[in-house]
Amino acid sequence: MSRVLIVARNTFREAVRDRVLYNLLFFALLMIASAVIVGQISMAIETVVMISLGLSAISLIGLLIAVFTGVGLVSKEIDKRTLHAVLARPLRRWEFLLGKFAGLAVTLAVNTAAMTAGLFAALWLVKHSLERGDAVVLAAAYFILLKLMLVVALAMLFSCFTSPLLAILFTGGLYLAGLFVSELRSLQVTTLTPQMQKFFAVLSYVLPNFGNYDVMGAAAHGRKIAGMLILHNTLYTILYCAIVLGIAAMIFSRKDLK
Amino acid sequence: MKGGRAAAWVLLLSLPVGFAGVWRLQGKIDAARDAMHQEADEVLVRSPKLMKVLTGEYATLAADIYWTRAVQYYGGKRLGQDTNLDSLWPLLDLATTLDPHLLPAYRFGATFLSQPEPRGAGRPDLAVKLLERGLEANPEYWRLNQDLGNVYYLEVRDFSKAGDAYLEGSKKPGAASWMKVMAARFLEGESRETSAMLWREVYESSTDEKLKENARINLQLLRADDDMEHLNEIAQQFATRAGRPPHSMREIIQAGLISGEALDPLGYAYVIGAGGKARISEKSPLFKQQTIYRRPL
Amino acid sequence: MPVPAIETENLSKEYPHGFLHLKKKTSLEGLTMQVKEGEVFGLLGPNGAGKSTTIKLLMGIIFPTAGSARMLGKLVSDVAMHRDIGYLPEQPYFYDYLTATEVLDYFAQFHGYSAAERRERVQKMLRKVGLETAGKIQLRKYSKGMLQRVGLAQAILHDPNLVILDEPMSGLDPVGRREVRDIILELKKAGKTILFSTHILPDAEMLCDRVGVIAGGKLRGVGAPGAIVGVQATGMEIAFELPEGVAMAEQIQGKAEKTGAAYRIGVSESELYRTLEELQAAGARIVSVTQIKPTLEDFFMELVGKDRAQASAVEVSAQ
Repeated sequence: MSRVLIVARNTFREAVRDRVLYNLLFFALLMIASAVIVGQISMAIETVVMISLGLSAISLIGLLIAVFTGVGLVSKEIDKRTLHAVLARPLRRWEFLLGKFAGLAVTLAVNTAAMTAGLFAALWLVKHSLERGDAVVLAAAYFILLKLMLVVALAMLFSCFTSPLLAILFTGGLYLAGLFVSELRSLQVTTLTPQMQKFFAVLSYVLPNFGNYDVMGAAAHGRKIAGMLILHNTLYTILYCAIVLGIAAMIFSRKDLK
Repeated sequence: MKGGRAAAWVLLLSLPVGFAGVWRLQGKIDAARDAMHQEADEVLVRSPKLMKVLTGEYATLAADIYWTRAVQYYGGKRLGQDTNLDSLWPLLDLATTLDPHLLPAYRFGATFLSQPEPRGAGRPDLAVKLLERGLEANPEYWRLNQDLGNVYYLEVRDFSKAGDAYLEGSKKPGAASWMKVMAARFLEGESRETSAMLWREVYESSTDEKLKENARINLQLLRADDDMEHLNEIAQQFATRAGRPPHSMREIIQAGLISGEALDPLGYAYVIGAGGKARISEKSPLFKQQTIYRRPL
Repeated sequence: MPVPAIETENLSKEYPHGFLHLKKKTSLEGLTMQVKEGEVFGLLGPNGAGKSTTIKLLMGIIFPTAGSARMLGKLVSDVAMHRDIGYLPEQPYFYDYLTATEVLDYFAQFHGYSAAERRERVQKMLRKVGLETAGKIQLRKYSKGMLQRVGLAQAILHDPNLVILDEPMSGLDPVGRREVRDIILELKKAGKTILFSTHILPDAEMLCDRVGVIAGGKLRGVGAPGAIVGVQATGMEIAFELPEGVAMAEQIQGKAEKTGAAYRIGVSESELYRTLEELQAAGARIVSVTQIKPTLEDFFMELVGKDRAQASAVEVSAQ
């Protein structure tokens, strides 16, 4: 386990030194600042706009990092052959993979936390007070983080057996599909045979359901989120990530490297 | 080498000229495009369901954007004296479909969809539709009942439905106590006093500047109506005494029937118009408002 | 019987090839060899022969399609055994956002040293490979030669008993090569086992106890550098001079080569005495008779010539 931590720490260090991350962070903070301005244009909904814009920015930028960096975690090492010297260590391949995941997960957590703090700062600037209702924004940010973890896991899985470009496309595509997964369940097409309906139903449970994490509406209007939802989403993420990473580890352990 | 340096200087100096030219051209292009812009109004994707799918998780943000556009659209049209408000409903429809909890959109829409042209879109039916959607998504928000009742009372003129709406709203937790009172008044039919109470409540509860202004002007016109009714009674007295209608305010003052000039809510003196009836002075801004807002009361 | 440091049995690697991956290219076929403990073993062969493939199979970077391999008595799939093995990859590349010190420290962490121990070792290694002044510079600024040195440093930093070097001399100038040679000799003196691949023959001749020649994916021969060349049939070379006016016998004239004032002719051992007699009869003056010993290079070139077409076709592992 400590070997996993060694890889994780190094991955975190790499992300921190990668200046692209700082640009994105700056951009996100900029977006949040502009939200304050936008709020002036639109009457009566300053906080609604700020929270939606802020959370959207955090989500989008987090997604970009999760997809592109997530795919790069493995592909860059394979392409550049930095992997060879690392695997010459008494380090199992799955430990390496898990360490990489952990490193990026921590990076994303730090990023999301920083951007959320920025959002709260902007909110405080406008409202001059923070109420209990604003805690929902925290929950929304937490859900974004959970979502990003799952995306990273998927990105790593795809990058283990396809080219980086395809991995990016597949991960992005699966994310988009995952947003509408619950629609599959209630597909009201009468031309479908019962078997097809069953198939879609099964598919809707197997595919990652990214709609679970969407609480932006509630956060923007300060409506409550059930505590059970937080618990269940957390468990869902842990479980699904474990499955995805398990498959990735199996593939990676048998893969011929360059 | 010398040629190279000279060329560099020429280029450097010509840059500002070049950009100035670009600037002016852009101005001309903008003007031309604005002229074209009138007819094509700005809502490209009209299907709210499609937008909901397209925007995915960012629906709330998209709703905010549509709402902002709706406000600016309305403001732009009013400034440009354009009476065509066709795009108001699509924009509000989109905003509230994407975020059913966007309360300001419902309130704004109720007012400016229902009021007749040129002030509003003249579509009280759409306003009712919007408010009913708002109530379904936000059943605890009694103010939407208030808005619904107002639409029924002011534009649809269905006083029993207006009363029902207020009554339903009054049952909700946190509802203001006058909801019940107003419900009863509505059921008695239309009256200036009821309308004034209605507008006063709207004025106090609105956070939107445009809604507040709208309410304020309505209140002022109602006041003016009251004043003019009173003035007409006095004019009648004059006519009875003088055997003819008064020709001006001065006559009435000189006759001692009124102590001084009567001022409208904006401070301008009322004048006597044709047929000896009191009316608002042309100098008063209320005069123009009257033509815009005027509706027989 | 002492356990060989490296042992392979019928080790083979095939790659799927072509459209739809239906065809197969053989990168390594039936490699069976042993590297004894404490010896320096050179893996020789032209580009694409299968040397790197062999080493990658040993290090678990790629997986065999047939056969097996053991290092230090354990199957190569047992990654724990890497604790005692050092590996320098071909054309090494490391995280370029780190400095040399950081990279070495990172690798050292996997071997369980304390922070103080790591610091000491890293400094020692940097000095050993001549990079002690460049320790704080980010690797993205390193030249190829410097990267090669870092590679060497990370291979021996944990004092492994078995060191595997894939083309350790590549990218180095003669001074660098000499330094690497010295390090290898030093390791050998310390009793370590070393396997390295190269196509710089003089180095192999000088350093190796034994060499294995790989070409076209197959092992062509194993033995001491001298022994390999000794395997090939030698002949004799007669150098002679013809005094003025003396003509050469026809059979001889055809085969002799003139270099300067002397002629040389190569003959097999069986023909030696007859030719000498003919020359003597013709009045030639014998200058010398020497045994033709083909060098490793000749052996190599012959091998390459034979297998060049095959060799270039075989190296499929994406470079």
